[in-house]
Amino acid sequence: MNPTQADILQLDSTGRLKHFLTVEGLSRDLLVKIMDTAESFASVTEQTVKKVPLLRGKTVVNLFFENSTRTRTTFELAAKRLSADVLNLNIATSATSKGESLLDTIRNLEAMHVDMFVVRHAESGAAHFIARHVAPHISVINGGDGRHAHPTQAMLDVFTIRKFKGDFANLKVAIVGDILHSRVARSEIHALNTLGAAEVRVIGPKTLLPAVVETLGVTTFHDLEEGLENVDVVIMLRLQKERMSGAFIPSEHEYFACFGLTEKRLARAKPDVIVMHPGPINRGVEIDSQVADGPHSVILQQVDHGIAVRMAILSMAMRPDLETSSGDRAI
Amino acid sequence: MTERIAILGGYVVDPSNGIEGKHDLYLADGRVASLARAPDGFTADRTIAADGQIVCPGFIDLCARLREPGYEHKAAIAGESEAASASGITALCCPPDTDPVIDTPAVANLIRERAQQVGKLRVLPTGALTRGLQGKDLSEMSALKRAGCVAVSNAHAPMANTLVLRRALEYAASHDLLVVIRPEDPWLADRGCVHEGPTATRLGLPGIPDAAETVAIAQVLALVEHTAARVHFAQLSCARAARMVARAREKGAPVSADVAAHQLHLTEMDIDGFNAMCHVRPPLRSLADRDALREALKNGVITAICSDHQPHEPDAKLDVFPSTEPGVASLEMLLPLTLKLVDEDVLSLSRAIALLTQGPAAIMGIETGTLSVGASADICIFDPEDAWTIDGTTWHSSGRNTPYWGQTVKGRVTYTLLNGRVVFELRSNQR
Repeated sequence: MNPTQADILQLDSTGRLKHFLTVEGLSRDLLVKIMDTAESFASVTEQTVKKVPLLRGKTVVNLFFENSTRTRTTFELAAKRLSADVLNLNIATSATSKGESLLDTIRNLEAMHVDMFVVRHAESGAAHFIARHVAPHISVINGGDGRHAHPTQAMLDVFTIRKFKGDFANLKVAIVGDILHSRVARSEIHALNTLGAAEVRVIGPKTLLPAVVETLGVTTFHDLEEGLENVDVVIMLRLQKERMSGAFIPSEHEYFACFGLTEKRLARAKPDVIVMHPGPINRGVEIDSQVADGPHSVILQQVDHGIAVRMAILSMAMRPDLETSSGDRAI
Repeated sequence: MTERIAILGGYVVDPSNGIEGKHDLYLADGRVASLARAPDGFTADRTIAADGQIVCPGFIDLCARLREPGYEHKAAIAGESEAASASGITALCCPPDTDPVIDTPAVANLIRERAQQVGKLRVLPTGALTRGLQGKDLSEMSALKRAGCVAVSNAHAPMANTLVLRRALEYAASHDLLVVIRPEDPWLADRGCVHEGPTATRLGLPGIPDAAETVAIAQVLALVEHTAARVHFAQLSCARAARMVARAREKGAPVSADVAAHQLHLTEMDIDGFNAMCHVRPPLRSLADRDALREALKNGVITAICSDHQPHEPDAKLDVFPSTEPGVASLEMLLPLTLKLVDEDVLSLSRAIALLTQGPAAIMGIETGTLSVGASADICIFDPEDAWTIDGTTWHSSGRNTPYWGQTVKGRVTYTLLNGRVVFELRSNQR
């Protein structure tokens, strides 16, 4: 495969991570290295003093143009555990609503000598745009852009899968729900395919699947039970309320009846199946409480892994000088 | 008093008369006086040596926005006239979406007068189909026609409903006005910004399906049968649309179509990496669509190539992809991109030139685009082999929003004449 525009932008001349904008186009080795590095940080989060001095003196700006609690909090914790200074900016209620252009916002923050932007934005391509225009010493981490990518979420999901399943080679993974609007699904599909999963399935009604979705390297199902047959991992996606008004689906009730994950339906999957969800979950809309809180659910572990994975990505992007695959040196 | 000009030694291509060969061309009183042999007693005030160059009718661009009035921060008539003239264009139609829109004779007159003051080319304002382009009430089409509008259009603005569309077509037909339709169903297009295809899916950009175009065309074609209105479909973007227009023309429907030059080269793949310079409307579509559009030029379904020139200020493209303004600055790409089709063996030279001259003239029903004796001497002379680089020293338009910036292209205009007057001459230090 030819290097995509994204590769050129997010890797430095030696192939190390400069920005983290999308999983697409990154090598398997790099994804494994992110997971290995995260593994070394996982122990940090269990210590009483949960800090390492890797990013001391660095300033990380959480630049959130769209509301988020979980992602922003885990990025903040990750940065603090690496001893960085953290600035949280909620732009949704700040500068751009006063008419300042995105580029002007970035220029102003640059002038404050920050080292990294973690960006969340409602439009696809925002992180790329910022990465292309920031000063060369600044790293940009995509915290979710429109429907395009949410690469740190995808990395924590594959990290979680690796924890429970070990290897990807024989895994069948089903992603269920609103793939069309999901940046998480897109990034997961790229990550799983790069890591060599045996099959990635997407399951949903045609209205919630993107056009020619199979070009992403997935098989498509419109019937949940059929799609769950023999899978090792089920990833449920959140269904946004506004999909009802957009004529994507008739009602929450009908959606749950067709695509809600229940214990009965889960029985079609492998006995040791794990159930994941990027959160926040809609109980009784896409997932039944019995499943969400049941023995197959690893939803809370995902949240926990989010911190270690983000620590790995922050440190790799900001300290390319460190050979971070060795956990000892990192600590 | 215009000069008598002899253009000597050029390779004359005039598709309207089936002429292609090395001939001298003589101009007097602003008109073509003679081809090949000088008229009796002709003494040239000026001779232009055109050896190794193509001499053809001046180009007619069916869609170029000059941004005046209303959007002078993007461009103005004077500057864009220079750009058009430097590109061999001697006539262009500007869509009505200025501010105020061209829905009154006053605005149409303003644009024509400004253009006449500059004196570089014929600017033909397209009148608004509905008042304020709101899609609800008919514009005063008869008044617009008297003010010199040869066509009416709602540009990119949607019609409120099919009843208004029907009545607008009927009313335009009553005044024998051509209706220019940029076919796009507003509901299917929704908030899309790129072609609904693999690239949109990968980049998570909201898509515009090709059905947005075909549904709109189907609707208009059905109403054309009903109203006998003359309709021109502007800037087709997909294979299915070209097929529909082909079928309608076969059945004798009074419809025609054009395509924007960039649609014949770029595809959805060019937006990879969120390249806002390739954010255009209609969106760049698949390779198969692009090839079908090329095929439609070959077999005469599409009879004109336009620039769809949309100059922007730099800020318009400096944002996250979906928030950038669509459009490319492309007057100066019209000839190079058309000649590229000759280089790639898609079109013969004479067919390519027909698509810039005879074709658009026939669509608009105007009497230029030909070198017939007695015709207005609107002429373009260009060197088809001259390669030039697109940069600040060669570019004339205020808009620099082109994906081709910095690239080297082939085909350069050396002279443009309007009514027998040299209105552009490539400076010798530029050759």
